[in-house]
Amino acid sequence: MYGKGLRPLSIATVVAIAAAFSLVFFYAPLDADQGFIQKIFYLHVPLAIVALVGFVVGGVFAILHLRSSDRRWDAYSYVSIHMSVIFGVAVLITGSIWAKASWGHWWVWNEPTLVSFLIVFLMYATYYPFRYAIEDPERQARYASVFAVTAGAFVPLNFMAVRMAQSLVHPRVFATTNGGLPGSMMLTFLACLTAVALLWVTLVKFELTAKSTSGQIKRLRRALDAPAPGAGSRIAPEVS
Amino acid sequence: MDLLLLAGAPALPLDEAGKYVAGAYIVFVLLLVIYVSIMAAKLQRMERELRELAGFAENRANGEAAAPEREEVSA
Repeated sequence: MYGKGLRPLSIATVVAIAAAFSLVFFYAPLDADQGFIQKIFYLHVPLAIVALVGFVVGGVFAILHLRSSDRRWDAYSYVSIHMSVIFGVAVLITGSIWAKASWGHWWVWNEPTLVSFLIVFLMYATYYPFRYAIEDPERQARYASVFAVTAGAFVPLNFMAVRMAQSLVHPRVFATTNGGLPGSMMLTFLACLTAVALLWVTLVKFELTAKSTSGQIKRLRRALDAPAPGAGSRIAPEVS
Repeated sequence: MDLLLLAGAPALPLDEAGKYVAGAYIVFVLLLVIYVSIMAAKLQRMERELRELAGFAENRANGEAAAPEREEVSA
């Protein structure tokens, strides 16, 4: 069920990523201020946007789970958060590389954008041990959903607080009234954002399909009364 | 103040900037490869489990088919 449409989606993702990266290196002009190093922007910023939106999406799925008690929504929420955490790792690493190249430091502690993203990332990193600590699957799903809703609400609040902060070093390319991105850079950026968003959706679908298959195998094992293999994952919710 | 100076620093030359840009994109690809490798390992495990279950089901079906025959012989 979850695997339906995965093949065309995967192909679309590969094509979108190839097209986006081609635009980055062969079409987008060099930035007048940062030069070639600005190419990291086309990877780092879409990853950050998609990761943050993914956390919020995880919260929305958690609301649906709490409203309906349907475990399917809990699985969606878990996988959305899981994927966004992976994207978050990529954001932190690519951001550090960009910071080192632009500012001469791997990390700048008085930069609100960096620190706020780290706070959000670390908050979601606690989601796994939090989930793992609860044995009962029903309670685990319910508590994890409450966590996802609360943390999901914190993400936009945190984002707005950072936007209002007067940072001196982090660029604000989408908010400047006199500047902003020129057309070719904006097109490249939007292509990259689309490609990264497609990648997120594909991987979420991929993960859900794997979990669903694993769940079906467990059901089959129970139906056949077959001996259980080694211990499986206790964190991930079972998808049927 | 230091940060202001850093922000206003001129762009790195291409040979210097290239390794940072390559590094960032390689990290992205590497994370993807690691993720796909983990998923491939999971897929292999599921395939093995399915094979085990298929064997188990076949053995059970053969056992059930053989049991009445034995009864007939003993009778």
